[in-house]
Amino acid sequence: MMPARCDVQHLAGNSYTKMENKNKSIDPTSSKLLEKIPGAEPSARIDPWWGLVFTVILLVIGLVIFKPDPYRRILLFVQDGIGVTIKTTVISFVLVMVLGLFGGLGRLAKNKLINGAATIYVEVVRGVPLLVQLLFWYFAFPSVVQGIGTSLNINVLKTYVADPIGMAVLGLTFCYAAYMSEIYRAGIMSIPKGQMEAARSLGMSHIQAMRYIILPQAVRVILPPVGNEFISLLKDSSLVSVVAVADMTRRGREFMSANFIPVETWMMIALLYLVMTLFSARIVSWIEKKAHFER
Amino acid sequence: MTAMEPIIQIKNIYKSFGSVEAIRGVSLSVQRGEVVMIIGPSGSGKSTLLRCINRLEEYDQGSIVVDGIPLTNPANINAVRTEVGIVFQQFNLFPHLTVLENISLAQRIVRKRSKEDTESVSRKLLDKVGIPEKADAHPIQLSGGQQQRVAIARALAMNPKIMLFDEPTSALDPEMIQEVLDVMIALAKEGMTMVVVSHEMGFARAAADRAILMDGGKIIEEATPDNLFKHPQHERTKLFLSKVL
Repeated sequence: MMPARCDVQHLAGNSYTKMENKNKSIDPTSSKLLEKIPGAEPSARIDPWWGLVFTVILLVIGLVIFKPDPYRRILLFVQDGIGVTIKTTVISFVLVMVLGLFGGLGRLAKNKLINGAATIYVEVVRGVPLLVQLLFWYFAFPSVVQGIGTSLNINVLKTYVADPIGMAVLGLTFCYAAYMSEIYRAGIMSIPKGQMEAARSLGMSHIQAMRYIILPQAVRVILPPVGNEFISLLKDSSLVSVVAVADMTRRGREFMSANFIPVETWMMIALLYLVMTLFSARIVSWIEKKAHFER
Repeated sequence: MTAMEPIIQIKNIYKSFGSVEAIRGVSLSVQRGEVVMIIGPSGSGKSTLLRCINRLEEYDQGSIVVDGIPLTNPANINAVRTEVGIVFQQFNLFPHLTVLENISLAQRIVRKRSKEDTESVSRKLLDKVGIPEKADAHPIQLSGGQQQRVAIARALAMNPKIMLFDEPTSALDPEMIQEVLDVMIALAKEGMTMVVVSHEMGFARAAADRAILMDGGKIIEEATPDNLFKHPQHERTKLFLSKVL
């Protein structure tokens, strides 16, 4: 907001001197003079990146309407995959936010056991490719569970069969929560030490101080990286297509092998991902603006 | 416990940060209602000593008893902290809360006061520090002096028996110092027990019962403010005062 406001005042030139009342100059929209200046009218302050989102959406709609063969066919074929991709991403992300918070608090804990466990978790997970982790959860983890079931003679475990979406969500969550832990940790550490001291000196417990003082401030700090994580997660969710989840990418591959039109298929899939990621990015920046407060 | 027993009893405490010895054997007693001022060069251990009283710093050796509660047992820390208010050099207001919420939060979640009680206590305290109209403002919208007065109100909201002030005017513009000192002087006149780390002569003259000079982690000299500032006995005190005054 700040730089935009300065530009407006700079552009306004001589009109700025008339705005001697400082309270008035805080809101440029209040001055009718400004509406005559190109680029300073209120409508111009709508994020121009929304234009890109709408362009891509219009491109998809245009392709579907004016060239229904093959684009409409592709869209209809992969539509259930779109739902799976969104569902997998959103559920994983909610779990990532929760598990990441515990990971982050664990990384900051003074208790050596908790701190050590959290550190090992973060370091191990960040060192193994996500695709390998997903393959482990889908193919290796059920075998491990069955092995334990056999040796302990527990029937429920012996006959355990992995649910593809469940394992995909588990894999994505387990991996992304490690990165999210580091984001939470950095966010909490960015809050000045005096805030915790002030809270504790008022008699608040450590947990109360975290809950009421530190985390509400840290959340505002970490919004941009958390938004980026959401978009990365959305894109990386395409990896779950290799572990039997019928997401957008897998449905695209199925369509391609049945129809042999790779260019159109993958262009359509790419555009659909692009709509989702660009739209998410706009939502994230809108939330950031809403949550903005001057420190 | 008799009324004459000191409300703060510090006995021979030591505190090191790594290889730096911040406090090297300090003993100090503060009576109920007494206003004690601690002066000294930076790095003399005066802020560390103050912060030991509500255990924002843990001391290595010695003992501190506050209002009959020994600080040595970690389980007592929160009990002591609700009795001891502290005001920081950097205010440390909560920037995401309004002024009223800053003062109200701990009353509600620590003292478990009802919403109505909390609000009336908070508004009375804002009246007392002279900025009732700022209740709904955020800290960023206040001047430094106003922020510090809110910080004092926030500490007073817990009904502390002791107030600690850690260089409360050092981060303020000169013209805002007096408004904060006025609040502190009024508080001292009401009989609040206060330990103040500050070099403000105005406050010393108006309200302090005793002044202490610290250097190198030790108490060098202790006297009435008048005597300490006008007739210092020790060379170290004379040297320090000659630079400050």
